[in-house]
Order: sequence, then structure tokens, then C-alpha cells
Amino acid sequence: MNTDLFAYTLRLGDDALVAAQRMGEWIANAPQLEEDVALGNIGLDQLGQARSLLSYAAEIEGAGRTEDDLAYLRDEREFTNLLICERPNGDFAVTIARLLYFATYQHLLYDALQGSSDETLSGVAGKAVKEVAYHVDHATQWVLRLGDGTEESHRRMQAGLDQLWPYTGEMLASDDLVGRLAGVAVDPSGFADEWHRRVRDVIETSTCAAPEASYQHTGGRDGRHTEAMGYLLAELQHVARSHPGATW
Amino acid sequence: MTRQSLRPPNPSQAHAPSADALRIREAVGQVLDPEVPVLTIEDLGVLRDVRVDGDRVTVVVTPTYSGCPAMDVIRTRIGDTLDELGVASYEIETVLAPAWTTDWMSDDGKRKLTEYGIAPPTGRRAVGGPVALTLTIRCPLCGSPDTSELSRFGSTACKSLWRCNSCREPFDHFKAI
Repeated sequence: MNTDLFAYTLRLGDDALVAAQRMGEWIANAPQLEEDVALGNIGLDQLGQARSLLSYAAEIEGAGRTEDDLAYLRDEREFTNLLICERPNGDFAVTIARLLYFATYQHLLYDALQGSSDETLSGVAGKAVKEVAYHVDHATQWVLRLGDGTEESHRRMQAGLDQLWPYTGEMLASDDLVGRLAGVAVDPSGFADEWHRRVRDVIETSTCAAPEASYQHTGGRDGRHTEAMGYLLAELQHVARSHPGATW
Repeated sequence: MTRQSLRPPNPSQAHAPSADALRIREAVGQVLDPEVPVLTIEDLGVLRDVRVDGDRVTVVVTPTYSGCPAMDVIRTRIGDTLDELGVASYEIETVLAPAWTTDWMSDDGKRKLTEYGIAPPTGRRAVGGPVALTLTIRCPLCGSPDTSELSRFGSTACKSLWRCNSCREPFDHFKAI
């Protein structure tokens, strides 16, 4: 097995899976019906990307595990998603701030990953980049509307942007794994400037202030998660673990 | 029976379709999208290829969106169709590359979509940049160009939700991707 390729595919799949789980929590809870539908559909796109990536990770591993085994039967320390994906939804503005940060990251990542020498990763990325463009667009529209809206919506949008800023550094950091997979993986530090430019542009147009540099949390890529992750996995996994092998 | 393959097809395997392949493609191509039951998978461009190698039939499909829940139903119905044709040995292969685009939707498909009450995709698809720019979407019910977008995401991921300012009816628009 190509251990590095497995680890890399798994981390991208975990990002998408955990982000999708958080989006799903909004169904029947969003501030308006259209947002129930929109956030649910964005989550579905992310889940579709997660399925492709986890299926491929299982194939690389070649140990008989499936995408379902990887999603439902791993423990917290084995998940290598970014911390920003697992942070609680908060209010609607916090969720929109996360979508702006994460979708802009995913868009730059998938765009570059289309050039991967690994044909499968390239294929997944080519499909996902078009979907994520709509996620960026959706987040942008809401940041503008809330930031440039009422005093209360502006205050909340700013709070959301500030709250998640300490989790953005991890998204854009390089590490040994992507270094070893040159040509296959995308090093996020290569598009960090562009990410900052795009995000800052939206935030400033919305009349909010770009958050100031602050302490940055890390650990997700090593399986060290925030306190929110255990609760998220409990909800994600409990049916599959309570009824092993159940089908319907 | 169902195999997920994410790799692009090998061009060296290209060959002229046999009479059998054309007959099977004709039948399989009539499978309807469960979400938009006036469109066939041929209209949508979801059906990519049908290959016949001796007794073995391979049907190649591609999803519209990564997470499209209709794909499982579509694969099941393809299997049912092949069973009805008496095909004993077949495989339904799913490919992701090249990525599906609304550019593959046939003109006939776009016409059927309008008649069904869904505005067909227009404009350029979004690739590596901002999403497709839409100038106006005509109301599929009354034909008025005076319409407004309610939400970028509609009843499914592939559609956005609109309202006609003339006849006041809400309608779905199939997004360009």
C-alpha cells in the first residue's frame, strides 16, 4: 500500500465528510426554508466528494475496508480532518463564515488538484471544483448581505468571522506529507496568499473588518481534535455501530 | 455488478459500436432520471458509453453532482433494463472524469425540461472561476423574462429556485455547471 497516498486521500475525505455532517445539522433548523435546502444541498455535495475520496482511500489501502468502514468505524484519533470542519455550527453567521473560509480553501485546492499526476484525485477534483464554486458564491452572497445589513447582522457576521479565524492557519499550512507527495498532492501554502486575497476582498466589501492575526490552533491533521469532535462522531456513527452490518 | 471507477476511459480502447451495443444503448438510454422524470439519461448526458465484449456488457455512467442521490436509482434501473433485454453478464461502471457538464444536455432534453416547468441551463458553465453568470431566466410557465432568483440552491443540488414576477409562480432552474 502507498501509505502516503492513503493518508492524503483520507484527510481530504475526512474534511469533506465532517463538513457535510455539520451542514446536515442545519436541515429543519435554518433561518428560512430556502436555507434549509441550500445548506442541505451544499452538505450533499460535500458528502459526495467524501464518498469518492473515502472509496479511493479504501481501494489504496487494499485491506477490505469500504468507504462506510472508514466513515463509521474509525475513532476520533484516526480522523485527520481540519479543526475548522468540526467546530460547532454556532449561529447562522458562524456557519456562513466557515463556509466562506472552507469553500474558498476547497476551491483553490481542488482547482490545483486537477493537475495531480494521480488520475483519480484529478478526476474527483475536476468534478468537485465546479460544485464548490457555488458554495463560495453562496457564502459570499450571505457575508455581503449580513455584513452590510443591519447593525445586529453586522455584529454577528463580524463575530462569526473572528471566532473561526484562529482555525484558518491550519488549512493553509504545509507539512511533510504533502512535501513527500510532490506532483500528486497540493501544498496549501502555495495558495495561501490567494486565499487571503479572496477572503479579505469579500470581508472588506461586506463592511466587516478582516480579523487580525491571532493564535492559530492546529492538530487536526495529526488526529488531535477539539472537544466538539467526539460529540460529532457519536451522532455520525452511533446507528452504524449500534447495528453492525445492518442494511435496508 | 456495480463498480466505481474514477479513472478516465483509456482512449486506446475506443472502437466502433456494434449493432448489439447500439440496440442496448437505445434501450438503456430510455431510463428516466427519477428526480426529473421527463429526462432520459441519454438526454442528460449521464449515459457515457455502452460496450459489448462477447457476452459481456459494460454500461458507463457519470453522476451530475458528486452527491447526486438519483445515481443509485439510475444504476438499479439500468440493471432492470438489461435484465429485461436478457443480458446475462453486465457491469455498470461509474466514471467521474471528464466531469459532467450541463453542456452535454441535448436540445431535446432542454425542450422537455421547459415543458415540464423547469427552466433549462443557460450561459457558460463554471470552470475554475466564478459561477456562471446569468442575465435572465425565462419563466418556463408563461415565458416572461421578468423573473428573480430566490435561492441559488433549489429542490436538488442541480437546480436553483426562481420566481416569475409576471405570473407570480415559483419555478426551478437547472443550473449551468
